Amino acid sequence: MTPDRAHLERLDRIWRDPPGLWGFLTTVDHKRIAARYIVTALLLMFLAGMLALDMRWQLSVPENTRMTPQLFNESFSLHGSTMLFLVSVPIMEAMALWLVPLMLGARNMAFPRLGAFSFWLYFGGVLTLWIAHAIDVTPDLGWFEYPPLSGPAYSPGHRADIWAQMITFTEVAALAASVNVAATILKMRPPGMTLARMPVFLWAMLIASIMTILSMPAIMLVTSMLISDRLVSTQFFSVAAGGDNVLFQHLFWFFGHPEVYIIFVPATGFISSIIETFSRRPLFGHSALVLAILSIGALAFGLWVHHMFAVGLPRLGNDFYTAASMAIAVPAGLQIFCWTASIWAGPTTFPTPMLWVLGFLATFVIGGLSGVMTASAALDLQLTDTYFIVAHLHYVLVGGAMFPLFGAFCYWYPKATGRLMSERWGRLAFALIVGGFNLGFFPMHILGLMGMPRRVYTYPAGMGWETLNQVATAGSVIAVAGGMVFVANALWSYWRGKPSGADPWGGSTLEWASASPPPAWNIAFTPVVESLTPMWNDGRPLKAMDGLENDRREVLITSVTGGGPLYRQKSAAPSIWPLVAALAVSAMFIASIFTPWAIPAGALPIGAALTGWFWPNRPRAKIGPFEAKP
Amino acid sequence: MRRCLASLPVVLLGGCAGNQSPLAPASDQAFALHSLFVLMMVVCGGVYLLVIAGVVWSLLSARSRRGTNTVPASERGLGRGLYVAAAAIVIGLTVLIVGSFLADRALVAARSEAAMIVRVTGHQWWWRIEYRDPASGRWIETANELHLPVGRTARVELASADVIHSFWVPNVSGKIDMIPGRRNIVDLTPRRLGWFRGQCAEFCGTQHAHMAFDIKVDSQADFDAWLARQNAVVEAAVSNTSSRGAAVFQRVCGSCHSVRGTPAAGRAGPDLTHFADRRSIAAGTLPMSRGAIQGWLAQPQALKPGTSMPAVPLLPADADAVASYLETMR
Repeated sequence: MTPDRAHLERLDRIWRDPPGLWGFLTTVDHKRIAARYIVTALLLMFLAGMLALDMRWQLSVPENTRMTPQLFNESFSLHGSTMLFLVSVPIMEAMALWLVPLMLGARNMAFPRLGAFSFWLYFGGVLTLWIAHAIDVTPDLGWFEYPPLSGPAYSPGHRADIWAQMITFTEVAALAASVNVAATILKMRPPGMTLARMPVFLWAMLIASIMTILSMPAIMLVTSMLISDRLVSTQFFSVAAGGDNVLFQHLFWFFGHPEVYIIFVPATGFISSIIETFSRRPLFGHSALVLAILSIGALAFGLWVHHMFAVGLPRLGNDFYTAASMAIAVPAGLQIFCWTASIWAGPTTFPTPMLWVLGFLATFVIGGLSGVMTASAALDLQLTDTYFIVAHLHYVLVGGAMFPLFGAFCYWYPKATGRLMSERWGRLAFALIVGGFNLGFFPMHILGLMGMPRRVYTYPAGMGWETLNQVATAGSVIAVAGGMVFVANALWSYWRGKPSGADPWGGSTLEWASASPPPAWNIAFTPVVESLTPMWNDGRPLKAMDGLENDRREVLITSVTGGGPLYRQKSAAPSIWPLVAALAVSAMFIASIFTPWAIPAGALPIGAALTGWFWPNRPRAKIGPFEAKP
Repeated sequence: MRRCLASLPVVLLGGCAGNQSPLAPASDQAFALHSLFVLMMVVCGGVYLLVIAGVVWSLLSARSRRGTNTVPASERGLGRGLYVAAAAIVIGLTVLIVGSFLADRALVAARSEAAMIVRVTGHQWWWRIEYRDPASGRWIETANELHLPVGRTARVELASADVIHSFWVPNVSGKIDMIPGRRNIVDLTPRRLGWFRGQCAEFCGTQHAHMAFDIKVDSQADFDAWLARQNAVVEAAVSNTSSRGAAVFQRVCGSCHSVRGTPAAGRAGPDLTHFADRRSIAAGTLPMSRGAIQGWLAQPQALKPGTSMPAVPLLPADADAVASYLETMR
């Protein structure tokens, strides 16, 4: 259907951001916010990647004194903390923030201002960690900071506090983003999109968000306990006073393991979307895929102890966690089967996004299988804390999450920019990254089996580790070169790429019904969904529904299971208050590194900012009229 | 055939096994873990080949469908395939879980036997090692070098004096953490004579990389002789109190290090009673030699930045005398 111009002009007037800097600071447009998230995270991925390259350089010869132990320890701590807390988790949330409303045919997220708040707070965490690095207060105790090493006795100064508060920043931001994504998916689906007709991508994002909501409180709790041990001399982790260091590990990994799946589950959503479109048929095993993601989400909370097999916990318990960890291979294996079967069953084509899917399959399966090996309580005693684990975790997180992310980037790039990326340069970047990655990380499995432990800044000559370390360094250089090609391709295509039109791939889901790039209001009409693949809809045209007003910001709220229209909800207009609130919260978090009085004192500006934010000045919701139009 | 292919990596990896590798097991416990590793490699290697074969097949199939307007393949066939895949995964995992369970039990199979008791305590960044003297019940202390008799189970009690460390000698034992406030126990039953190397496997601060130790597996007779020697005081050191080296040592080093039978009785650093008997200095940082001893005395912070060993300002002649004195401690 083609909406009339008067309608579009009114939508534009209502939804467009104010111009200039004020618009930049006040925007609640989920696409602008998500783009900021993605650009920040990619920039950090580059910086943390440079740290990795520096460490690889150091390890390419034995007894190297190029890096001091302090510098090396800071580098791997900053690399891990940045990649896990500031890159992987946020970029997956950002992909949800960008895509979920489009895939729902909705005009914004459920809580637009919360989205803005989430980004500003995340950005506060980014600045905290990296400004601390710039002024040489870099955390130096790994991405996990176990006490007592991180306690007041062994880590004076503020390095450990910076780390703990960076966690608080990013976790509050992640909780805000996840609540937003879950509410949007559950309450803002288009009419007709029952739970059974929800694309796998949305299921993945919904489950990852719920997992975030359930697991993040554990790490916020444990870093708060650590910081209160350091700041006000509580004794949670002080053995002499009856505290327990192992408690820290339990709480850390109760978050830390689900986190891996919080990163991986959205990637399964990317893979599912890409395969469905390019296999030109509805995904095989939709229910199996959804059930697999659900069971990964549930199992993820029952196997954190496999990070602690060497702690010396009771053996029978360890066996339980062995079985629970291995059980993950069932849903993960079935996902692989469904994706492969979908490729098999259609006239699948292989442009760059599909190449990334193949790179994912070949690489991630290695990570999954080495995961099965480390899941064994017995064998893990020989593998944990060696380079075998460094290889395993990078195969899972890079092969299993970053490759799908790069594929997703190529796949949705035309939607975001209106231009296609170069296929030729895309293939070159793919070959360099996947080849370089495997060359760089596969030898680490063998290094681990040759006895090389993790987190060592150097190693003695004559251990036989030199050659493989040099191969690993060469591989990582190649992968970084590939990353440069990828970024250059994205930048070049942004200005010079071929115009893509709204739907260059013939996609199956609703984001392809919007223009490319989508206007501020996303979509001119509310789509009505009749199948799992609404853009294909068995050959029938997409139906649309009328009834949303175009003289104020309005979104449609539907029922949780059936996707039936319930009422029209006013959607928040641009506002400076999310930024003000994030600044107030940031000030409190940073000040609480130095004094406990920051918490009561900081509560006042936060309260003031939230009062301004929630000042009641608008009617909330209106019911109907709704009318389906063909 | 697949079995052969899948075990190929195991065979190739055998060439990589050194004196710090789980691939060259030298104790009952490490043998159990090595067998489990081989089982895992065979099963997981086979699964990987199957998956890649499936992906390649799907690529060929997709290519053959391209251009033609083929009806989508029957979902029923694929659905049946899904059940077969699920069953295969469950069976494979069951084998691995049972294997893991059995290996885990093998690690504690010797728990019921009487065993020699050894205490190993982790320090930033060295290892305190204590043997219970079977005759007197007294503890005999040494550092950074663990000697074990072949064929006899040693029960190692692991503790930490500061932060979390992890005891790992891959040829002999998997990792067990050393956690302040807890005591972990690991049984070692060595089966092969020789020197093996261990290293701390839990990040423990600045010099985590230089926290290694050596294990020597001896015949019972050699071990008994070694332990008796460790138990004795060093006559040369005790009688030599008037020498310049001894005097300087007792004045400068004795507050942190002890040499049994002399007034040097510090507990902060490693016991040096039979220092010159050991293979390395500063937890595997330097090989034992006169030059290394002098270098270590002069510049510990350059050789192992962050170590608790301070750079002691000694006159060159004094440093030389201390090195000579230390060399007598065999």
